[in-house]
Amino acid sequence: MARTPRYAREVAVVAFAQSDHRRRTDELSEVEMVMPVLHQVLARTGLKAGEIGFTCSGSSDYLAGRAFSFTMTLDGVGAWPPISESHVEMDGAWALYEAWVKIQTGEADTALVYAYGKSSPGPVRDVLTRQLDPYYLAPLWPDSVALAALQAQALIDAGETDEPALAAIGARSRASARTGNPHAQLTGAVPQGDYQVRPLRTGDCPPIGDGAAAVVLAAGDTARRLCERPAWITGIDHRIEAHALGLRDLTDSPSTRIAAEHAGLFEAPVDTAELHAPFSSQEVVLRKALGLDEGVAVNRSGGALAANPVMAAGLIRIGEAAARIHRRESDRAVAHATSGPCLQQNLVAVLEGDRA
Amino acid sequence: MSKAATSKECVAVVGVGQTKHVAARHDVSIAGLVREAAVRALADAELTWADVDAVVIGKAPDFFEGVMMPELYLADALGAVGKPMLRVHTAGSVGGSTALVAANLVAARVHRTVLTLAFEKQSESNAMWGLSLPVPFQQPLLAGAGGFFAPHVRAYMRRTGAPDTVGSLVAYKDRRNALKNPYAHLHEHDITLEKVQASPMLWDPIRYSETCPSSDGACAMVLTDRAGAARSPRPPAWVHGGAMRSEPTLFAGKDFVSPQAGKDCAADVYRQAGITDPRREIDAVEMYVPFSWYEPMWLENLGFAEEGEGWKLTEAGVTELDGDLPVNPSGGVLSTNPIGASGMIRFAEAALQVRGRAGEHQIADARRALGHAYGGGAQFFAMWLVGAEPPTS
Repeated sequence: MARTPRYAREVAVVAFAQSDHRRRTDELSEVEMVMPVLHQVLARTGLKAGEIGFTCSGSSDYLAGRAFSFTMTLDGVGAWPPISESHVEMDGAWALYEAWVKIQTGEADTALVYAYGKSSPGPVRDVLTRQLDPYYLAPLWPDSVALAALQAQALIDAGETDEPALAAIGARSRASARTGNPHAQLTGAVPQGDYQVRPLRTGDCPPIGDGAAAVVLAAGDTARRLCERPAWITGIDHRIEAHALGLRDLTDSPSTRIAAEHAGLFEAPVDTAELHAPFSSQEVVLRKALGLDEGVAVNRSGGALAANPVMAAGLIRIGEAAARIHRRESDRAVAHATSGPCLQQNLVAVLEGDRA
Repeated sequence: MSKAATSKECVAVVGVGQTKHVAARHDVSIAGLVREAAVRALADAELTWADVDAVVIGKAPDFFEGVMMPELYLADALGAVGKPMLRVHTAGSVGGSTALVAANLVAARVHRTVLTLAFEKQSESNAMWGLSLPVPFQQPLLAGAGGFFAPHVRAYMRRTGAPDTVGSLVAYKDRRNALKNPYAHLHEHDITLEKVQASPMLWDPIRYSETCPSSDGACAMVLTDRAGAARSPRPPAWVHGGAMRSEPTLFAGKDFVSPQAGKDCAADVYRQAGITDPRREIDAVEMYVPFSWYEPMWLENLGFAEEGEGWKLTEAGVTELDGDLPVNPSGGVLSTNPIGASGMIRFAEAALQVRGRAGEHQIADARRALGHAYGGGAQFFAMWLVGAEPPTS
């Protein structure tokens, strides 16, 4: 392999599974939604829960509407005898990061990572306002679409995009989902529709829905044994920015760029990108920060504009990029996850397959 | 490639900071509270924000303050802008888990110096009802954590035949220890054993004085590698072992009195640290005792006493500040409980003991100390063992 080792151990995504993402799943509890996905991802490796070295999940109590919601989904793992396990109150992409660190210490050779979110039980636009500064911003209830619209307008004002270009991003994403992603919630053209919050129209916004995803990580020869073509994580890093929108240039994403540098993204070209851009305008920002040109296949899965299970959508980007490497549709891919209003926090992972 | 198992970097605690824990910090915002602990930890390490490579923060359920994923808003206050920031949540064990996640970043050589912090500002809401789950998740009978844990305490008493005064002995000890800890929440200068035993019954057999308070507080630590420890102006505490274990909340055969996950977690930590006789080889223990009876229960679960014998250590005074196995010299969770931070305070107090920096509640010549945290339905465990000397292996 031509890669320069950046870390102590080689770690790869060896399996990925996700649920069908749907507008609502009233008939399923969270554990019932997660469990089939866990079974699928483990079946792809032939591993049993008890053979996994470390387990880590990502979810939010605020979506579930109850404290300690992750304690219930742990039932879906089958944590008996007791397992080495942790949880982040973040998108599952950061759970994957914690698991990757654990493998880097040498304390585990394999890890099960999962994430889930049910947005359907509550008004998710309102729920997400609760993650804003509780003293100065949250009392105003500016919702996630309104904040994204500020960002979109800033991009238009800066001459970086316009409304037809944004509409084209949504249309391209859903067209990709139709051919490339049977799990997507929106798999085909949707009307661009009315303004949700000017300048963002319905087609610029992600669908609201429920879903879950899981990934298995493995180190070195274990990865080679479990997967015909492992998706090696040759770089992974994440960075956060200031919370207050007034302190940030919303047309740029310096945290994404720093993370990409630390992950080694710019050392060689990528053929594939899976970007966690819930709003069409955010893809514009991310393409710029990551330096992606027209030759890169962006969001062939449809991205978050085709399915956006909150707390899982970032992990799904890593899973989708890895799956393309597994299927030999990509040799070097970048996957991105975001959290917080207007791309406040960003994670970048570079994945590579062995070239025969 | 897979040389990693032998090449793990040593991890040292070079800075510890806490707020003075109180019922309500109306004078500061959440950001002000966490920053106070972080600034004190950096001052202890004689480092600045620029020396910190990453921030790992933990807290218990977001409902306790009513802020979803508050780390997003706290990025500025914790100097994390432009840096990696992780948010851990593993229920009551979270303060311990957060420290372990931070330690792993150093052990894996991903970062050199990491700031880790845990907090709770319980005065922002009502934690008891925050923990009382709505129908249909739970039958509407349990109020708060005490309602959940009291039956397990009764099971312990029935199983071991422990006299019903043991719980009050623990509370009396921990509340007196807290008088020697300037950061402890409860400073009950007029406490007597009779007062503990006469306090109102909350969840039989747990009395008011045998349960933890609701606190506002934060705790922070600076973790670094060997090179960082060599530059430390004060003695570091070295991490000799750390582990997490989880099991489901409820299942047929679950032993709520002495959960298997707790036993497995302790065994893993002792194996890493080369401990074969914890009672003799460990000089001080900071264990998570939110209700007095959990001291004898955890003494057994952690291997300090044979099954059924833990209460005898408590009754004989072994766990007193001047006993041969001091437990919770800081006053413990019974005297201070900012929930999300409580586990990290255990880990940090263990570090203070082996650094010789525990002040009035210092155990003389403490060389090895155990920090312990648990959470959920006695199902999530996090522990570390710290020593005054660097690990030899």
